[in-house]
Amino acid sequence: MTAMIDAPPAEEDGLLPKKSASGGGLGKYIVIRFFLIFPTIFILVTMVFFLMRITGDPITAALGGRLPPDQLAVRIHEAGYDQPLILQYLHYLGQIATGDFGRTISDNVKVTDMLTTYGTATLELAVNALFVALLIDIPLGMIAAHRRDKGPDAVLRIFAILGYATPVFFVGLLLKLVFSVGLDWLPVAGRADIVNEIELNSLSSTTGIYWLDAIRSGNTAALGDVIAHAVLPAVTLGLLVGGVFLRLVRTNVIGTLGKDYVEAGRSRGVSEYRLVTKHAYKPALIPIITVMGLQIATLLGGAVLTESTFGWKGLGFQLAHYVTARDFVAVQGIVMLLAVIVALSNFIVDIIAALIDPRVRY
Amino acid sequence: MAETFTARRDPLLHRLPVISHFRKSMGLQRGMLVTGIVLTAAFLLTAALAPLLSPYGFAERFDTQQPPSSAHWWGTTSGGYDVLSRVIWGTQTAVMVIVVAVVLSIFLGVAVGLISGYFGGRLDQILVVVADAVYAFPTLLLAIVMSIAISHGQSSLLGGILSAGISITVVFIPQYFRVIRAETIRLKAEPFVESAQVLGASAFRIMRRHIFKNATRTLPLIFTLNASEAILTLAGLGFLGFGIEPTSAAEWGYDLNKALSDTTAGIWWTGVFPGMAIVLTVLGMTLVGESMNDLNDPRLRGRRRAGRTSQPANPAGDESARDKVTP
Repeated sequence: MTAMIDAPPAEEDGLLPKKSASGGGLGKYIVIRFFLIFPTIFILVTMVFFLMRITGDPITAALGGRLPPDQLAVRIHEAGYDQPLILQYLHYLGQIATGDFGRTISDNVKVTDMLTTYGTATLELAVNALFVALLIDIPLGMIAAHRRDKGPDAVLRIFAILGYATPVFFVGLLLKLVFSVGLDWLPVAGRADIVNEIELNSLSSTTGIYWLDAIRSGNTAALGDVIAHAVLPAVTLGLLVGGVFLRLVRTNVIGTLGKDYVEAGRSRGVSEYRLVTKHAYKPALIPIITVMGLQIATLLGGAVLTESTFGWKGLGFQLAHYVTARDFVAVQGIVMLLAVIVALSNFIVDIIAALIDPRVRY
Repeated sequence: MAETFTARRDPLLHRLPVISHFRKSMGLQRGMLVTGIVLTAAFLLTAALAPLLSPYGFAERFDTQQPPSSAHWWGTTSGGYDVLSRVIWGTQTAVMVIVVAVVLSIFLGVAVGLISGYFGGRLDQILVVVADAVYAFPTLLLAIVMSIAISHGQSSLLGGILSAGISITVVFIPQYFRVIRAETIRLKAEPFVESAQVLGASAFRIMRRHIFKNATRTLPLIFTLNASEAILTLAGLGFLGFGIEPTSAAEWGYDLNKALSDTTAGIWWTGVFPGMAIVLTVLGMTLVGESMNDLNDPRLRGRRRAGRTSQPANPAGDESARDKVTP
């Protein structure tokens, strides 16, 4: 959840990658930026590890009270949780360096398997939501900028502030009440009906992304069902990130509309519509790419809540499930994966920004 | 800085954050600010008067899932709690968490930001990298990890409030840190700091006397925005099951979580009311923060006619602001 201030220019500088003191080309910039991923991930891994272990070992947390103390002690010893914390930490670092995140305690599956199974569902939700957000909010932002301080702008600004003030899960709850229960248009929860879900999961080569699988197998009935299930979660999450896009497009288009070249275009008789959609729009998109990277964090945080609201069996849904089960190995795995995704997407966004805007390369 | 010059003659009351903004505002902006102030005041008053306003205690149980009636204006939940009472008592929980979270994060964030910005060097570099790493991380996940660390997800009233407050603190510290550090670095190069150094003032005294006051001007703004984020994070934590037990305190996120399964049966009152409470509270504080942000920036501020003391009689005031479009 990003603050609602229209980012002042100084803030944007801070968001851009760290500047290396010396000059240099794009290649050097990419290399430097790439190596900055590692401290970020390292810090997060370290922080999460110690925070999760500070109050005790995961086995006692998950099974304490359900197993007799002596069995508990045996399992703690087997898992190495009775060693000094620093040894456990080094061991853990070695493990994750080889891509091994251990096994979950509550249902004893490999954490990496769990992550790939549920990660695709989260990916699907995130893509759907981004699609909704970009489709709705970029045009709306342009309208708001064009009609600045007039009626539509005021309505859209209130809409954006309301969008920020409403928690995702409450949006989801309201949408469910209206469209699923009240009007009975869309399904209440889940990613697909049971029949379709089984069918899609039993396909020979699945991507895990249901609409893609449905298209590939030519199952139009399943595709319709999957889309019907996807609408409400995508809109819910899309509204969360979309508000930020709307404000950003508005601010930036207003900025570019005041530029000399737009004035020059106007004086040559270019239509207002064309001025907004062609001349002012494109330069205003560059900051959006940067902010989209930052929105990945918001998107993932929001996905956790949206998935729980709609019973969408992705990483966030599982996170809430494992949290209730006190399975902190699984929680740690999910949190780590999301941290890596955020770090990587920030890297990619910085590179794209550098490719578009030469001033970013230092 | 003509503004500080005139401000010196204003009485203290008019220089206080929200009041000074109100005096500067006009038109739509004043409307937003006033709406925000009213909503926030209503929220604070409800919290203060909760024992008087609330018809029942937050942990009192009645028949479950009663629709709104004269005995229970907003109905009862699946756990048999009175919805109205829990919404009213929920304001207290929210205020307590905001106070813990914001006080802690301002205190720590400002202290670390001052030190990091003033001394610079290796320490500064490390702190910046750490703050950036934390800043980029999803707020809610960090809060989940923190509350596992603090209370293992257990939740008495004090434990729940502290763990929610501290979880939120950790998320906010990087924001305060960034703002204060940037301001400190800028101020460090100002002549008045250099002259204090030449006069032999200690680093602590310079930070306290000369930099602190100048670097913290933007804090009221961040404060209001973070207070609203604190409520959203608290509700998110409660929604995911990190909330405070219903018998220890009322918490809106927890109630919304319980309301989720009611929706399929068409039971709307258990979810809609706590949800609206969150929306209105966050909306109020966001409106105050947003208006203060706009009013602090002369380019975004609606203008009166020339002369600072004249009445806001110009209905086309925002027209003049339009000419000063952000470059």
